[in-house]
Amino acid sequence: MDFEPSSEQQMLIDQVRRYVREEIIPLEAKLDPDAAELDPADHARLVEKTKAMGLFGIDIPKQFGGPDIDIVTRVLLAIEMAQHRAGLYVPCYGTFGGAGLAQIFEANEDQKQRYLYPTLRGEKKPFFGLTEPSGGSDPARAIQTRAERKDNGWVLNGAKLFISGADRAQYGIVFARTDASKGRGGITCFIIDADTPGFYVRRVVHTLRSSSYATELEFKDCWVSDHQVLGEVNKGFAVANDRLTRQRIPYAASCIGVAIAAHEMAIEWAKMRSTFGEKLANRQAVQWMLVDNEIDIRSARHFTLEAAEKARRGLPFRTEAAIAKLIASEGGGRVVDRSMQIHGGMGMTKDLPLERWYREMRIRRVGEGPSEVQRMVIAREILGSNLR
Amino acid sequence: MRLRLDKPWRPLTAEEAGRLPGQLGVYQVGDAQGTIVYIGQAGARSPFGLRSELQREARERGAGHQFRVEVNQQYRTRWFELLMVHKADHGSLPADNAKNPPPALGRLSPA
Repeated sequence: MDFEPSSEQQMLIDQVRRYVREEIIPLEAKLDPDAAELDPADHARLVEKTKAMGLFGIDIPKQFGGPDIDIVTRVLLAIEMAQHRAGLYVPCYGTFGGAGLAQIFEANEDQKQRYLYPTLRGEKKPFFGLTEPSGGSDPARAIQTRAERKDNGWVLNGAKLFISGADRAQYGIVFARTDASKGRGGITCFIIDADTPGFYVRRVVHTLRSSSYATELEFKDCWVSDHQVLGEVNKGFAVANDRLTRQRIPYAASCIGVAIAAHEMAIEWAKMRSTFGEKLANRQAVQWMLVDNEIDIRSARHFTLEAAEKARRGLPFRTEAAIAKLIASEGGGRVVDRSMQIHGGMGMTKDLPLERWYREMRIRRVGEGPSEVQRMVIAREILGSNLR
Repeated sequence: MRLRLDKPWRPLTAEEAGRLPGQLGVYQVGDAQGTIVYIGQAGARSPFGLRSELQREARERGAGHQFRVEVNQQYRTRWFELLMVHKADHGSLPADNAKNPPPALGRLSPA
């Protein structure tokens, strides 16, 4: 496969690269190094800009008003969008729109009117409620939140952990067990309004990612009507699985973006900085670190674009997405680590974005399915899915 | 880490603030009765972290106030947490935070 960008793709890449360098990075210079939000006025101004560029809601399918950009091009652009201090988790501070994991394209028309369209217009924020205190890597078995039939609806009881944005969201999609005897075939996806009685955001969960927090949720006799079931009863695992698989590709892309930014900083520093009468760039130890960075970045880029290309062609891409996520998150972590080493003491300070990338990139080896789960997915492809 | 910052109050004076570490963290300013009037953070742009922020508070507020601090590398998420807990406990933000509230403060229902 040829992954050289076409002239149209290159034009979009250049456009986004300019946007990041001219609009985002100068604003970032005035923000706290751990900031995750822009000033609301700046955010609104930049959203108008991305709309004028025709790139707002870039991951929204065309039939829902998205800009009709294929997934390979979206990956190339996601790599660019991540190349700033907050770029790993908040590429361009959300000024390109999108709903991430909580896009509910399988909703019925009533649900689309109430949730999907307002979300795509940027009027409502959702959260994605999958992981529980009992575990996140094996949702089919770990989900202990129960939903039981009552009064033409369902009563939810249980807890969710590591949920981003639930305290600020207007609604969320929440996975609960509706049939205890059926394993992954007994999970249903519900749309829960944040003001539903019995829904609580209980606490903030502080992590390495100190720019933003996760939350712990509790559902205590939380009743919702049948209208809040997303898709079919007991078919919720497929919804979760679809989101997680699709999300692995852009997740890998943002790791690559940050790795490129760190690598470029390291190259520039190595050419400029002298020690013991010699530029760092002339020292083999540093050269080899830069070479290893280059190899990590090129391989992550190759495998991520390969996964995107298979998705674009409508082919199965679960294994390829797992490979991309694995290589980009692990390789990205190594690149940031080497780049810090090359920068010496300066690399450890909050003056540079490297220390934030280092902390946040560490989470990437666990978030959205840890490296070990990606390896399990790949092993099943190699050895057969009936092996445990 | 306790959810609420409930350490003893200290007088908000230049001398007392000068004893603080130059570290990152969060702080509360209270009036003479111990009502919290402001929750602040000492982020990475504060020249000497908590010391600089509280010295500034002492200068700007004058006599009759108290403070307490928590050294915390996760000053941003802890700051949001303290604001949300205050809102859950009292129904509103501290008076001086309410004048310039953070743009997207979430809601919390501590158990």
